[in-house]
Amino acid sequence: MARMTLDVNGKAQTIDADPDMPLLYALRNELSLNNPHFGCGLAQCGACTVHVDGQAVRSCVTPVSAVGSGKVVTLAGLGTPEKPHPIQKAYVEEQVPQCGYCINGWIMTAAAFLNQTKKPTDAQIKEALTGLKCRCGTHMGILRAVKRAAAMMG
Amino acid sequence: MTKMDNVTHFVSRRSLLKAGGALVVSIGTPVAFDTVLGIGEAFAQGAKPPLTPDQLSSYIAVNADGTVSAFFGKMDMGQGLFVAIAQMVAEELDVPFKAVTVIMGDTATSVNQGGASGSTGIQMGGKQMRMAAAEARRVLVEMAAAKLALSADALTVTDGVVHAKDDASKKASYAELIGGRYFNVQLDWNKEYGNLLYAPGKAKPKDAKDYKIVGKPIAREDIAPKVYAQEDFCTDVRRPGMVHGRMIRPAVAGAVPVKVDESSIKDIPGARVVWEKGFLGVVADKEWDAIKAAQALKVEWSDAKPPFPDQAALYDHIRSAAVRKREIGGKEAGNVDDAFKTAARVVEAEYEWPFQSHACMGPACAVVEIKDGNVTCWTGSQKPHFVRNGIALTLGVPAEKVRSIWVVGPGSYGRSDADDAAMDAAVLANAVGKPVRVQYTREQATGWDPKGPASIHRARAAIDASGNVVGYEFTSKGFSRIDVNTNGGAPKDTLAGQLRGTELKSADGFGVPAESYEFTNKRLAWETIPPLLDRSSPLRSAHLRDPVGPQIHFASESFMDEVAAALNLDPIEFRLRHVKDARDVAVIKAAAEKAGWQSRPSPRKDQTGNKVSGRGIAYAQRNGTRSAIVAEVEIDRASGKIWARKFTIAHDCGQIINPDGLKHTIEGNIVQGVSRTLWEEVKFDGKNVTSIDWMTYPILDITETPEAIEVVLINHPELPPTGAGEPSIRPVAAAIANAIFDATGVRIRRVPFSPDRVKQALS
Repeated sequence: MARMTLDVNGKAQTIDADPDMPLLYALRNELSLNNPHFGCGLAQCGACTVHVDGQAVRSCVTPVSAVGSGKVVTLAGLGTPEKPHPIQKAYVEEQVPQCGYCINGWIMTAAAFLNQTKKPTDAQIKEALTGLKCRCGTHMGILRAVKRAAAMMG
Repeated sequence: MTKMDNVTHFVSRRSLLKAGGALVVSIGTPVAFDTVLGIGEAFAQGAKPPLTPDQLSSYIAVNADGTVSAFFGKMDMGQGLFVAIAQMVAEELDVPFKAVTVIMGDTATSVNQGGASGSTGIQMGGKQMRMAAAEARRVLVEMAAAKLALSADALTVTDGVVHAKDDASKKASYAELIGGRYFNVQLDWNKEYGNLLYAPGKAKPKDAKDYKIVGKPIAREDIAPKVYAQEDFCTDVRRPGMVHGRMIRPAVAGAVPVKVDESSIKDIPGARVVWEKGFLGVVADKEWDAIKAAQALKVEWSDAKPPFPDQAALYDHIRSAAVRKREIGGKEAGNVDDAFKTAARVVEAEYEWPFQSHACMGPACAVVEIKDGNVTCWTGSQKPHFVRNGIALTLGVPAEKVRSIWVVGPGSYGRSDADDAAMDAAVLANAVGKPVRVQYTREQATGWDPKGPASIHRARAAIDASGNVVGYEFTSKGFSRIDVNTNGGAPKDTLAGQLRGTELKSADGFGVPAESYEFTNKRLAWETIPPLLDRSSPLRSAHLRDPVGPQIHFASESFMDEVAAALNLDPIEFRLRHVKDARDVAVIKAAAEKAGWQSRPSPRKDQTGNKVSGRGIAYAQRNGTRSAIVAEVEIDRASGKIWARKFTIAHDCGQIINPDGLKHTIEGNIVQGVSRTLWEEVKFDGKNVTSIDWMTYPILDITETPEAIEVVLINHPELPPTGAGEPSIRPVAAAIANAIFDATGVRIRRVPFSPDRVKQALS
């Protein structure tokens, strides 16, 4: 066990945890942030995705000790209904999800991508999102939403 | 409780209608209406009527503020069903859509309407909610008539206010009439539970021409809370004192633990073993410790004989296996055997479909708490009412002592792993005396969920000397779709039950093509074979979205194309010669027209080079719904990679409740159908399933998304609504197969159409 301080959604949070424990369990169980989901524990699906210093990271395989002073942002910290990230707004407008369990992967990955890539092509969008999983088959809606968000971001 | 209660609009009003001490408005059939009104408030101190299917209060309540709660014994698995139900209820009650909250899948607040099942959410569940809402309106108008001393015929309702047709100032709101109290109105229940439950009152529902809310594209309100991380899933339920459980499954299917070394996890805080016959799990206070304990626990397993054939021998196994049950679908037309004896020519083919996994987005999770003899389960199962029964039987307690609460889970699509997780959590919670949260691993989710059955399908057509089809026979042979039942309602159907020694009973079920092809001599049949392993098998078969529909119609609709090609006819022209149902004809024509279909036989013969393209049609019925799909695909001959580029679908599910929800549902069906057609196959070796994650069970990637899905909705407001959750996945595989044939002249008769297989077929 080790004492660690994490910067999560702009707040310093101190936890006692096994340094090898994945960040996902620290966020969910120590900090009660339910939004990153357990989907595979293998970095194969994206349901656990968070940002660390602006990069999309799979929290299910990231040891909590590896985060250090990195700024962690979860879906809850990305935006709010009053001040949404454009991809969140687009997701609602396009009515994208079905069950919604996968959306941390798509939204957090798309947000990191769109923050860095202005006016992306369709091919760039698909390439940025490849490997993420959605079992309900909302692929069409996801692509519509990312394009809509890209347009909002100019 | 989870934070869900406080945040999401559609459940946030869950607590508005407080039970206990409430008033009862009693308008039961045994007592004349006038008598009841006469005794009026004498009934006002009663408790809520029992939660039984024959009570109006079991479906509809008007809250103190005039809002309406609709208690629904089915649930929305992500297609926006609750919006459609709210539309139907609001329409019949004449209240604004926003006034209705649909409360789903809690055994304490809803009767067993069958859960999510067979695309019957609107078709059966909505039908009941519509009748209940209509009856509630009728009763409220009667109450207003008494209060206003007017005839009920002189009244109408606007936005939840009953008023005189000729004088809006003579009025009484629903809130005034009954707000916060309960209906005590007897319904005419058909004594069925589940999908078939139907309990109308005396009211006649509205005529479709008067609809103001039904048919409108109203958006889902649960999306924003999901997108802003304000809504919890089943995986997020936490209870005071809760510990974390993990299940341990054998490396060789069928093996059971013979020695468990608990000392191997003694250094892990709070780690405990729960072992009962074949059932083996661990719990720990912290989730990470439970994961470590599951990995560290030393277990000696029985020496089980590897139960499965080599994967390559699967279809030979099905071909040669003894038939356990054979059934003819419907009635044989004419004399099929004679037709084949006298045929000038016979076209025949055989098709193969693999085991497929639900492979839910997240492995199943469930929480069970046992307190003072009362059991509460939070589950993502499609059928929480059956989960209640299953837990009662598993733990040996009366069903009345069990409450099962559905909380949105990581998808579902049939009899997934969710029901098994609920039973495992119940056994663990009972053993350790604390609330237990069981979270399956990805390996368990894909490796150990009940599977969609593998099958072969034989079709043959007898053709006379003039080129007419005079005989048609189609036979499916495969594992049963109900080797384990469609729900976890009995221990025989769950892993926990089977591992703890419940006697097994695999049932027989498959199906036949649903179409309206008329041939003088026609026979559709199915045959089931026994499971490969009869106890706690990772290949036990059960319902997977549109149970056995994709495999049957992949074969039957591929075969119709084969016959058309053999007769050198355009595939649509051939179909229209034989399809008899007018609505079937309409969807086929609508899809063809929207897709710009040019009449010509397949395959096309004008392409050379590596990249080729083609088009294909397939159609099917499903419980009253019809869909026809034109697929346009591109094939890279060198790599064998297929891009299902474009789909055009015409869809007729009778009366449309919400066209936007319907379109999204159809899109999801098609994309999931493409995934199942191009990629999905459960792999196994002699010992066990080897498809255990997303690398070994690939699904459709975002880079392979179709460029377009064009949806033509055919609305029949005059007809009852039928289902949409599954029908449109049904023709996808055949439409793709037929398009591949059109492009290449090569017929692929085995799913999935993975690059290796396509490349091999084309070489």
